[in-house]
Parts: sequence; C-alpha cells; structure tokens
Amino acid sequence: MAISAARGKLIAVIGDEDTCVGFVLGGVGELNKTKQSNYMVVDKNSSIGEIEETFRSFLRREDIGIVLINQNVAEMIRHVIDAHDLPIPAVLEIPSKDAPYDPSKDSILRRAKGMFSSEDFR
Amino acid sequence: MSDKERLNVFPSRMALANIKARLKGAQKGHSLLKKKADALTLRFRAILKKIIDTKSEVGEVMKSAQFSLAEAKFTCGDINHTVLQSVLKASIKVKSKKENVVGVTLPIFESYQDGSDTYELTGLARGGQQIDKAKKSYGRAITLLVELASLQTSFITLDEVIKITNRRVNAIEHVIIPRIERTLQHITSELDERDREEFYRLKKVQEKKKKMRKKEEEEKAARLAQGDTDEAPTIFDDFKDPEILFD
Repeated sequence: MAISAARGKLIAVIGDEDTCVGFVLGGVGELNKTKQSNYMVVDKNSSIGEIEETFRSFLRREDIGIVLINQNVAEMIRHVIDAHDLPIPAVLEIPSKDAPYDPSKDSILRRAKGMFSSEDFR
Repeated sequence: MSDKERLNVFPSRMALANIKARLKGAQKGHSLLKKKADALTLRFRAILKKIIDTKSEVGEVMKSAQFSLAEAKFTCGDINHTVLQSVLKASIKVKSKKENVVGVTLPIFESYQDGSDTYELTGLARGGQQIDKAKKSYGRAITLLVELASLQTSFITLDEVIKITNRRVNAIEHVIIPRIERTLQHITSELDERDREEFYRLKKVQEKKKKMRKKEEEEKAARLAQGDTDEAPTIFDDFKDPEILFD
C-alpha cells in the first residue's frame, strides 16, 4: 500500500472505444508486466459478465486509484457498482459519446439524494 | 424502557458518587460527539455542493473533449488503433494525500505528470494540431475527474463516519444517559429509605431509654421514701482503715 501510494496510482477506464482512446491519448493508459491494460474497450460484443469481471479485477488491483466508467456501461453492471462501498478505488461515472449524462442514475448522487434540496441542482 | 433497566450496582454512597461521575462523563462525551457530528456535517454539505458543481462542469468538459477527439479523427483518419496499440506507460498518475477533518482521514487525490508523453509523434503526418488539442482537453477532463474522485471519496468516507457518530450520539442520549439517571434515582431512593429507617430506629431507642430512666427514678424515689440512703461511699468520707496487723 505504502509503496504503491509512493509510486502513484493509475486511473482505469471502462468505456466505449472513443472514451478509451480519448483518455489513453490524455496519458492514463498503462500495460503492466503481465501485459494487462488498465482500460477496457466495451463494444457491442462484450458480455455483461466480461465487463463485471474486468470491473472487479480493477477494484482488486492495488495500483488503481480511480476507475472511470461510462454511464451506459455502469448501468449494465449497476449492482456491482452499488455493492462497491469502499472509498478507494473511487468509481466515477462519466458521460459517453452517445448517451447524455443523467445525474439521477449516478450511484453517488442517488446516495446523496434527500440530503440536499432541489435548488442545488439548478 | 422499563423502570427495571438500570445498572446493576449496590445502592451505597460510594456507588452514588461513582454513578454521578459516570453521568458527568457521559454528558461530556455526548456534547463532544455532537460537536464532532456537527463539524463533519458542515464539511459534508460543503463537499456535496462542490460535487454537484463539479459534476456539471465535468459534463461540459467531457463534451468539448469528445468534440476535439472527433475533430482529430476527422483530420487524420482513424487513430484509435494506433493509440490503443502503443500504450506502454501511464504519463498521468494520481497521488493520494491524507487530510484530517476532526479525526477522520480523508484521501485527497492529486494528478501529476510522470514520464514523457507516449504520443508525441502520433499524427505527425497530418492532424497533429488537432490531436494535440484533443490531448489537452482530455488532460483537463482528467484533472477535473481526479478532483471529482477525491470529492467523491471524501463524500463516501464522511457519510460513513457521520452515520457512526450520529449513532453514538443517539445511543448516549437515549440509552446510556437515561439508564444512568434511572440508576441514580434508584440509589437516591434507596438511600432515602434507609435514612428514614435509621431515623425511626433512633426515635424508638430514645423512647425506650426515656422510659427506662423514668422507671429508675421512680424506684429511687421509692427507696428514699423508705429512708434508705444508698449513697455510695467515697474516699473523702472520714473513714479509718481497720488495723490488720497490730491491733
């Protein structure tokens, strides 16, 4: 833990091709020694089980601090995301190219609901 | 919440003092915990507001980032495979620092550049400018997302801690303090009862003694009337010792 914290943690991405390409271009991509990448490209051929497995393995990895996931993908494995209640790695839902962002679906915002008034949404 | 629910102590003065000290301790703890919960809630609300603001900002930034990527693709064709194939080392990483809010450690993420850009030469043939722009806008999105991640992490941690603290506050307020108060009441009533008993007993004894004294006096008066002075002899009386040896 201390070593990986000193080294700095990675940002993992699960999402469609464009999202992954964008973030990898931004410089988050990394292949580790066993040739495992820290991103997963979800296309129409990826099964839900596959996504779940990848997401879980990202959560298990010590060197990952933040997991970014497209909201439409997050919607597919919502139960796994809801079950994850540890602070690290932080799971962030991001909008994807072909699905606009819906705050009411976000795990965190749903938890936050009822704690603030509607005017905060604006 | 019956009357029976109280601490199991023997009602004595010492137990009373002990329980009083415990009550004081519980009240102090309650007020401290309440203050902690208030401080945490204050922080929590600030974070909540920031999360909502940042979330909407992220939406905007992501939109522009995606648009710039589309621009890059338009100028230099499909770069998806080039980008995904040449992944080797992450050039942006996150550090986690710790922040302390009333005894709760909150992790704060901070992104930093580590190593050189892997995609320096991507789009050298054409569209380099657009790719550079896309890179920059995604970089900005990443910074923002990292910020959001630390806010979110703090949010989850604080949520948990606030729940625990509130549970403790309520437990002290509604279970522990009433129990101690009931115990106090019990001990006080027992002690009072004992006091009354003691007082009654004292009265009884006094009465009896009075009676006995009266009787004695009456007897003495009767004897005096008969002419019997039963004054005990004292050494001050003129009394000669009888000679024992030389008569």
